[in-house]
Amino acid sequence: MAENRKYEIDPVTGSPIHPYSWDGIGELETPPPRWWVLTYAVCFLFAVGWWVAYPAWPYIAGYTKGVLGFSTRADVAEQIAAAKAAQAPMNDKLAALDYAAIAADPELMHFATAGGKALFGENCAQCHGSGAAGNVGYPNLLDDDWVWGGDYATLQTTIEHGVRSTVDADSRQSQMPAFGKDGILTREQVDDVGAYVLTLSGTAPADAAAADRGKAVFADNCVACHGDTGAGLRELGGPNLTDGIWLYSGDPKAVAAQIWNPRHGVMPAWAGRLDPLAIKKLVLYVHDLGGGE
Amino acid sequence: MTISTALSPGRMPDAPVAYRDDVVRWFMIAAVFWAVVGMLVGVVIAAQLTYPALNLGLPWTSFGRLRPVHTSGVIFAFGGSMLIGTSFYIVQRTCRARLFGGFAAEFVFWGYQAFIVMAALSYVLGGSQSKEYAEPEWYIDLWLAVVWVTYLVVFAGTIMKRKEPHIYVSLWYFLAFIITIAVLHIVNNLAIPVSFFGSKSYSLFSGVQDAMTQWWYGHNAVGFFLTAGFLGMMYYFVPKQAERPIWSYRLSIISFWSLIFVYIWAGPHHLHYTALPDWVQMLGMTFSVILWMPSWASMVNGIMTVSGRWDRLRTDPILRFMVVAVAFYGMSTFEGPLMSIRAVNGLSHYTDWTVGHVHSGALGWNAFISFGALYYLFPRLWGRKAMYSEPAIRLHFWLGTIGIVLYITAMWASGIMQGLMWRAYDSLGFLQYSFVETVAAMHPYYAIRAVGGLCFLSGTVIMAWNLWKTATAGEPVEAQPATPALQPAE
Ligand code: HEM
Ligand code: HEM
Repeated sequence: MAENRKYEIDPVTGSPIHPYSWDGIGELETPPPRWWVLTYAVCFLFAVGWWVAYPAWPYIAGYTKGVLGFSTRADVAEQIAAAKAAQAPMNDKLAALDYAAIAADPELMHFATAGGKALFGENCAQCHGSGAAGNVGYPNLLDDDWVWGGDYATLQTTIEHGVRSTVDADSRQSQMPAFGKDGILTREQVDDVGAYVLTLSGTAPADAAAADRGKAVFADNCVACHGDTGAGLRELGGPNLTDGIWLYSGDPKAVAAQIWNPRHGVMPAWAGRLDPLAIKKLVLYVHDLGGGE
Repeated sequence: MTISTALSPGRMPDAPVAYRDDVVRWFMIAAVFWAVVGMLVGVVIAAQLTYPALNLGLPWTSFGRLRPVHTSGVIFAFGGSMLIGTSFYIVQRTCRARLFGGFAAEFVFWGYQAFIVMAALSYVLGGSQSKEYAEPEWYIDLWLAVVWVTYLVVFAGTIMKRKEPHIYVSLWYFLAFIITIAVLHIVNNLAIPVSFFGSKSYSLFSGVQDAMTQWWYGHNAVGFFLTAGFLGMMYYFVPKQAERPIWSYRLSIISFWSLIFVYIWAGPHHLHYTALPDWVQMLGMTFSVILWMPSWASMVNGIMTVSGRWDRLRTDPILRFMVVAVAFYGMSTFEGPLMSIRAVNGLSHYTDWTVGHVHSGALGWNAFISFGALYYLFPRLWGRKAMYSEPAIRLHFWLGTIGIVLYITAMWASGIMQGLMWRAYDSLGFLQYSFVETVAAMHPYYAIRAVGGLCFLSGTVIMAWNLWKTATAGEPVEAQPATPALQPAE
C-alpha cells in the first residue's frame, strides 16, 4: 500500500500505524494472516459443497433438494428397518412359540431376557428400581411374593392391563376399605388388628393382649380378602400377610396406618404402549428374575 | 511506547470534557454484586444436580426455578451490568463527549436493575414463559423494552455528539449489540396474555416456528450479548492494558461485518434432528461453520495486540485475565462450529457437552474479560493509584483458571460418556443402558463440576473484597478529581 508509506511504522510488528487514535488507542494496518484467509475460504467452499449435496436453500414454493437426495426422515426409517431386519429371525421365533417352548430354548431365552432388560430399564425401572428390587409402595419383582400371581399368563395379564389403571377396563382392581377413616372400626380395634397381623409373620407383639383382641377383628373383617390364615387370596388381589414382606412397611405404626386409611398403588396398562412382543419379552425377563412360578 | 499520541486528522481541538462516571460506578458495583449472586446460585444448582436432596423439597428452591435465576443472574444481571456500564465508560472516552440524555442514564440503571429483580422474583415464585434465556413474562418484557430503547438513545446520542471524526471499533460492536438485542427481544417475546390482570401469556408463534424463533433469539443472544458486546469491551481494555495499538484495523472491519452477517443464520444448530425441516438445519449448520473464522479474527486481533508486551503476562495479572479470556473465546468459537456439524451434534446434543461448551465461553471468555475490565476500571473510577492487593488478583486468576478447567473437563467427560451410553447397543441389538444408568454414571462428574464452580466462586468473592478495598481504602491519585477530565494517552 503506497499511501501507507507516509505512515509511521510500528517497530514491533513492522506494520504501518493508522493515523487515527481514540482515547490514546491507535490502530495498525496489519493485513489479515494468510492462514486465516485460506481457512475462511475453505469453510466457504465446504458450505457451498454442502449446499449442492444436501437440502439447503429455500425458494418461494420449496427448497433445493441437493444432489444426494438426502432426507433425515428417510434416513431414520432406513436405520430402523435395518435394526428390525437384524432382529427379525429371533423375533419371529419368539412370536411363534409359547412361553414354555421359549424357556426351553436357551438361545432364544437369552435373546428375550436381554430385550426384556432393555425394555424394563426404559419403562419399569422408574417405579420398580433398576434392579427390580422395588421400593416403598412398588413391589419387589425378585422374590416369589406375588399379589396377583407369578406364572407367565398371569404376569402377562398384569403387565398388559396394569393395576388400578383408570384407562383399562380389564385392569387389576382391588380396594381395601378405609377401616378407620370410614368408621368401620374404632381406633382401638385398628391398633388391635394391626398388632395381630404382625404376629402372622412371626413378629412378637408388643402388647399380647391387643393382638389377642385383634384376632377376632381380623376374622370379622379381613379374611374375606386376605384368607382365613392371612396368606392372601390372589383372585381378589388380597396380599399375603404371613411372609414378612411388606409393600409399604412392617413398622407397627405403618401397618395401623394402612388399615386406617389404605394407600393404593397404580401401575399403567402397557398393552397399546408396548407391542405384544415387547410385553412377551418383559414377561420372560420378570419371570426369569427369580420369582417366576 | 509506539502508540500514536498525535491528534487524528480532522479531530476537533481538545477541550476538557467532564465525563459522567457516576452511572458507570453504579453499574460496576451492580455487576460485582450480581456476579457473586449469580455464581452462588450456579454452585447451588450444581450441588443440587449432585445431591438432589438439596432441592429441599420446597418449590422456591427447586432446581427448575433456580436454574433460570442462575442463567439470568450471570448473563443479564452480571453480564448486562458489565456491558452497559463499560459501554457508557468507553463511548464517552472514545467520542470525547459527555453521556447524552441527562437523567435517561439514571433511568437505564434503575430500570435495568428493576428488570433483574422482577425477573428473578418471578422465577422463584414459579412464573416463566418457558423460553430459555427469555423466561420473563410479558409485563417484564415490556418494561425491559422501554429500558433498552432508552439505553439505545443514550448510547447513540453520545456517538452523535462525538468530537472524533470516526467511530471506534468498540462502539460498532456495542451498537450492533444494542440494536440486535432490541430486535431479538421484541420478536421472540411477542405473546398474548391469557387475561387482563393475569401474568400468564402464550407465545404468538406455535410449534416448530416457535422453536425456530426461540433459537434464532437464543443463538443471537450468544452472538450479540455474549459475543459482540464483550468484543466491544475487549477492543478497548486489551489495548489499554497492554498499552499497544490494535493489531489490525482491517481484521477488525472484516470480522465485524462477517460476524454480524453470519451469526443471524446459525440458530438452527440448536434444533438438529428435530421437526425443523432438513434444509433449515443444513443451512444453519453451514453458516455455523463459516462463523469460525470471523470469530477467530477477533481472537487473533486481540491476542496479537499484546505483541511486544508478552513479558507483561508474567508480571501483570490483569493483562493475563484478558489474554486468557480471548484464548477461551477462541476455544469456544472453535468448539461451537464443531458441535454444529450434525454428526457431532447427534452425540453432543442433550448432554453436558453443551453445558461444558457454554461455560468455557461463559467463565473463560465473558467472566474473565469482565474481571480484567473491573480490575482496570475500579482504580480509575475511584481515583486510586492501583488495585488494593495485587497478590489477591493473582490468587483470583489461579482459582478462576482451576475452576474453569475442572468445570469443562468434567462436562466433556460426562457429556461424551452419556452420549455414548445412550447410543450403545449390545450384540443382540438391544439398548445397553437405561436412561437412569446414564444419570447415575454422571454423578462423579457433577461433583467435580460443583468443586470447580466453588473455586470459581471463591475467586469472584476475593475479587469483590479487593475491589471494595480499592474503592474505600486504596491509595488515592493525588490532585486529580475522582471524575477525571480528559486523560492523556498513556
Ligand atoms: C461459579 C460458576 C458457575 C457455576 C457453578 C455454574 C453452574 C451451572 C449449572 C449447574 C448449570 C445447569 C446445567 C444443567 O442444567 O445441566 C448452569 C447452566 C448455565 N450457566 Fe452456569 N455456572 C457458573 C457460571 C456461569 C456464568 C459466569 C455464566 C455466564 C456468563 C453461566 C451461564 C450459564 C448458562 C447459559 C447455562 C445454561 C446452559 C444450557 O442450557 O446449556 N454460568 N450453570
Ligand atoms: C462460532 C461460534 C459458536 C458456535 C457456532 C456455537 C455453536 C453452538 C452449538 C452447536 C451449541 C449446541 C446446541 C445444541 O446441541 O443444543 C451451542 C450451545 C451454546 N452455546 Fe455456542 N457456539 C459458539 C460460540 C459460543 C460462545 C462464544 C458462547 C458464549 C458464552 C456460546 C454459548 C452457548 C450457549 C449458552 C449454548 C447453550 C444453549 C442452550 O441452552 O441449549 N457459544 N453453541
